[in-house]
Amino acid sequence: MSISDDDVKKIAHLARLHISDEQVPGYANNLSSIFELVEQMQSVDTEGVEPMAHPLDIVQRLRVDEVGETDQRDKYQAIAPQTEAGLYLVPKVIE
Amino acid sequence: MSWETVIGLEIHAQLATQSKIFSASSTAYGAEPNKQASVIDLGMPGVLPVLNEKAVAMAVKFGLAIDAEIAPRSVFARKNYFYPDLPKGYQISQFELPIVGLGKLEIELESGDTKVIGVTRAHLEEDAGKSLHEDFDGMTGIDLNRAGTPLLEIVSEPEMANAKEAVAYMKKIHSLVKYLGICDGNMQEGSFRCDANVSVRPKGQEEFGTRAEIKNINSFRFVERAINHEVNRQIDLIEDGGTVVQETRLYDPDRDETRSMRSKEEANDYRYFPDPDLLPVEITQDFLSQMRQKLPELPEQKKQRFIEQYSLSDYDASALTSNRATAEYFEEAIKLESTDPKLTANWVMGELSAALNEHNLDIEASPVSAELFATLVKRIEDQTVSGKLAKEVFEFMWQGEGDADTIIEKRGLKQITDTGALEEVISTILKENPDQVEQFKAGNDKIIGFFVGKVMQQTKGKANPVQVNELLQKLLQA
Repeated sequence: MSISDDDVKKIAHLARLHISDEQVPGYANNLSSIFELVEQMQSVDTEGVEPMAHPLDIVQRLRVDEVGETDQRDKYQAIAPQTEAGLYLVPKVIE
Repeated sequence: MSWETVIGLEIHAQLATQSKIFSASSTAYGAEPNKQASVIDLGMPGVLPVLNEKAVAMAVKFGLAIDAEIAPRSVFARKNYFYPDLPKGYQISQFELPIVGLGKLEIELESGDTKVIGVTRAHLEEDAGKSLHEDFDGMTGIDLNRAGTPLLEIVSEPEMANAKEAVAYMKKIHSLVKYLGICDGNMQEGSFRCDANVSVRPKGQEEFGTRAEIKNINSFRFVERAINHEVNRQIDLIEDGGTVVQETRLYDPDRDETRSMRSKEEANDYRYFPDPDLLPVEITQDFLSQMRQKLPELPEQKKQRFIEQYSLSDYDASALTSNRATAEYFEEAIKLESTDPKLTANWVMGELSAALNEHNLDIEASPVSAELFATLVKRIEDQTVSGKLAKEVFEFMWQGEGDADTIIEKRGLKQITDTGALEEVISTILKENPDQVEQFKAGNDKIIGFFVGKVMQQTKGKANPVQVNELLQKLLQA
């Protein structure tokens, strides 16, 4: 399976990456070769093998449900581009 | 052509934990903006989410309560999309291996029949923050206090055939999560909300029609209205030669209509993949049996017990157990003064419910506590007050005048039980109304109502109607 230029553009849009038109064929090429590798791996018989979600064969440790954070808003907002009334301000995003 | 509706619901229940699902920030409602948003909730680089055990326990309890398979291993996945109320650029959710698998729930239909609705799955995920679009001069304000609040998303099978069934299902889930103590169910604060997938198809057709998803409905009334509106819209559209497009729509309660939010062309491609920051969650048999032991009595079990233990009808038991707080209020009241269960049930579902409805209050916020309420039922039962005057006592109780005995004493509402005194009142009335007495003697039995009315007027309603009737019969025939 190979990746078309349009696929590259769509993926770039979904990931909010800016890719110029000249760069598209290069990405299409590189991504296609990753798919080739995947195809190669798919020829392995995995019948009866549980899909692995994580390379570590251990399970998630859980945290006790307790509030342990204090308010550090001022520190966090000191590095934010713009804030007002305790809110982070971003360009308007109404649909 | 006749049409058939198919509805599936996705319910988001906010889990009642103290801290967030992946961070130790508080989940308390109503804090100042961003004062409960830590580095993890803000999506700062280099931070690691750590899963809240209480959120897992709550999801498991829900699964057990709907008879679902609990996944021995479940996996968190990243759902990728860009929106400023989601600072990481992805939401941590579950995709392929949700914690709760296929389960089921029984709903009661208006006809009195029951119907089983399948619950496809329920998975854990984090909530997003809030966007405020007004007041910022071309900018959007972001409050991330809600970001990272644990949610259980409960997905039904597309098995509801009309808006009423969808409401019944939503109410049942609402009651269940409150019973389990895993969600406060507060719809105004957004702790319990739902998306509805709605499609129509010609009657008898096997495959589903194209569905539209109505987003973020936060009241039972709106669910019904939004679905009915959407069904009509789709039928009109098809009958006019159009086609339904798969899209997300928003319900506007002010205009009672749904409108398109985004169409399929722009639909998000979420590119789910297992979150490398979180390891698979293991639910051991041990943990499962612990959770099973911690399950409270569920609505259905409570209802059966009420029927057996208190000899209540199916209807009464259903009504009393439809929410946990009402059931507890009822049981507390009968325990305190050992009043008759049926009489207590009638007053809980009658006078008390009516007053709560009128003032738009939950039973938890009732100004008349179960303790006070019990003192009233006791005085109705021992006939200290008539049913009619008991309503007045209840009114005063609601206004904070104390227990039944205090109010009856203070307001002079005690029923007259002194036969001599009543006989005197009746004799006087008979003397004053000789014409009506003649009519009675001439065979007009109905005239007795006239005398009862007079007696009640004279005694300001404090006479016992049964006793008045007996005495009237006796004195009139003397």
